[in-house]
Amino acid sequence: MSSTILAAARPNPVLDLLRRYGVWIAAAGLMILLPKVFSSGAALTTMCLMGIMIVFSLSYNMLLGQTGMLSFGHAVYYGLGGFLAVHAMNTIAGGKLPIPLPVLPLVGGFMGLLFGFIFGAVSTRRAGTAFAMISLGLGELIASLSLILRGFFGGEEGITANRTKMLTLWGVRFGPQIEVYYLIAAWCLVCIAAMFAFTRTPLGRLCNAVRENPERAEFIGYSTQMVRFIAFCVAGFFAGIAGGLAAINFELMNAVNISGGQSGVVLLMAYIGGIGHFAGPILGAILVVLLQVFLSDITGAWMLYFGLIFIGMVMFAPGGLAGLIMLHLPLWRRGTILQVLPHYAAMAVPVLMGAAGLTLLIETAHHQLVKTQTDGPAMHFFRLGFDSNTPLPWLAAALLLGGGLWLGRLYAPRLKAAYGDAAHGVEAAR
Amino acid sequence: MIFSTLNGVLYGMLLFLLASGLTLIFSMMGVLNFAHASFYMLGAYFGFQISQWLGFWVALVAAPVLVGLIGAAVERWGLRTVHKWGHVPELLFTFGLAFVVEELVQMVWGKLPVDYRVPALLDFSAFELFGTTYPAFRMFMLLISVAIFLVLLLVLTRSRIGLIIQAALTHPNMVAMLGHNVPKVFMMVFGFGCGLAAIAGVIAGPALVTQPSMAHVLGPILFVVVVFGGLGSLPGAFIASLLIGLIQTFAIAINYSLGDALGAIGIGRPISGALSDMWQVTVAQIGPVVPYLMLVLILIFRPTGLMGTRET
Repeated sequence: MSSTILAAARPNPVLDLLRRYGVWIAAAGLMILLPKVFSSGAALTTMCLMGIMIVFSLSYNMLLGQTGMLSFGHAVYYGLGGFLAVHAMNTIAGGKLPIPLPVLPLVGGFMGLLFGFIFGAVSTRRAGTAFAMISLGLGELIASLSLILRGFFGGEEGITANRTKMLTLWGVRFGPQIEVYYLIAAWCLVCIAAMFAFTRTPLGRLCNAVRENPERAEFIGYSTQMVRFIAFCVAGFFAGIAGGLAAINFELMNAVNISGGQSGVVLLMAYIGGIGHFAGPILGAILVVLLQVFLSDITGAWMLYFGLIFIGMVMFAPGGLAGLIMLHLPLWRRGTILQVLPHYAAMAVPVLMGAAGLTLLIETAHHQLVKTQTDGPAMHFFRLGFDSNTPLPWLAAALLLGGGLWLGRLYAPRLKAAYGDAAHGVEAAR
Repeated sequence: MIFSTLNGVLYGMLLFLLASGLTLIFSMMGVLNFAHASFYMLGAYFGFQISQWLGFWVALVAAPVLVGLIGAAVERWGLRTVHKWGHVPELLFTFGLAFVVEELVQMVWGKLPVDYRVPALLDFSAFELFGTTYPAFRMFMLLISVAIFLVLLLVLTRSRIGLIIQAALTHPNMVAMLGHNVPKVFMMVFGFGCGLAAIAGVIAGPALVTQPSMAHVLGPILFVVVVFGGLGSLPGAFIASLLIGLIQTFAIAINYSLGDALGAIGIGRPISGALSDMWQVTVAQIGPVVPYLMLVLILIFRPTGLMGTRET
């Protein structure tokens, strides 16, 4: 979905269609097939969460990546959408209204749109840091209110609903998780397509203009404030849809969903995935959900790894995952990608050394500090058993980490040169 | 009333200890340091740990120095690397840092509050008024924060390094042209600001609760103070700190709700249902919301803040 298709006349219409929509057909096929491959309950739950988070982080990237607005309160629209969807579910089930479940995310979406409209009118007057601060203020405002207004937000326990009590269409009651998965997958695909289409409209292009150079956008006669406002509303709408999907999936909304923490997570997802590319947040959402699910099983210090990965991304790969992939696209086109692979393989040694050292350090420290009282000093690290009270693991960790850093620094210039050669040719590098 | 005022001023002064560092850092480097409250928390925990080993008075000096060094290291090896990518990655870097610090603190000291006690020397009541006593430690906190405020004022306005810092605030390029090592000044200011936050942590730790969420609770309020006072303005930060300190303290003491107020002038409950809570919420409950409301309002109506000269 990334490559811009130039409007050249193609002899084969079928091939042309495939080039244009192949990615989408593949995505739809993948979404249909995934539950056949990973059919366990845990996998289904994870994939449902991924679908929700993909919509949420893409909506966030409409602000940060496409319009250049750093928001610290995007969970407000997600949360409000979710809460309204839960209330709507209860009202509909209570009044036996003829509204089926699949349209419920729209309710959340309109709630998000409404509040995007209200808060956007306030906050998009300003750009840059001021906008970030206003969004933070509004986010904290709503998060604090969510603990005060117990009637609407349900206090600490939150509000619950039952999705199976709604109107049934064609015998689908959305009881089993698999049915919910297909509902989320369908909404997810529609939202991705809609948001991608948005980036291709003149308005979407204007958003980029406002991000790149607001002054010039003003000079060609557009109100940057208006563009920011519209982008903000649309982002609020899609965040609300994500919230509505979450409400259907969990049948529960509580204050955590609307908190600053949730706003932080969506920022992490979009950024780790890469805000400079449309597909970046999709990658980010998938990766972060995977990390959340699997890392939290493996280690108690998973939040720490999460933070460290984020810091590492910010420091060394500000383009995110998508940015890293995009860096290698020219190499692929030139057919020189094989040139750099040996260098990457060589670089992998210090990187893996450093990573192993760091994880060993964190794991030993975590065991020593948190679990020694209950579990005793014996611990495992990748099936390697040892006593965390002895200096050996610390020494090993320090050696690995130090060695990895040293070797990495030593080798980095050669890797850079090799990449330069592969990307621009030996002649251009000189 | 007097107690509330004292507490409010005290809270305000604590906020100022943090806000002054944050303002200095922001106005010099253009970085809104999300991790600033984390350094405050580190100060509190270091203070707790060192006072366990060596006593409170050593901790009062050692903890801020340690945290200041950590801050300088973060600037040198972290922020300076990110600087070339622009302001947003810098902001995100400190955001991630705050996340990591909170996790580390949870790992080392546990998720529950630690037992950080007031030192025995100061564990008595300073005076009694209307049958209620006021702890001496709070007076000590007030004293320390006022003293630091005065020293800061003197250093910034009278000393040579203070003049360089002031100059670097407004004209960083010119200062660099004059041969000063601006990155080094940045590093020092960052470390110094973190040290100030740590002092606040050391003295606030025993009085408030030392727990892993303390940074998360204070962080957003800190931003309110800095933005409300005007980014880059120390006097503004001072006024805003006191204002927010007093507002928050007084709000807790008032127990009226909107319903009470409307009921007094003869209006009943106009709505019921999901939003009816709005009528029962008391001012005390709404207290935590007020600073954010102030932030949003000031950014809309006076984007430079109270005393600020530049738009954010």
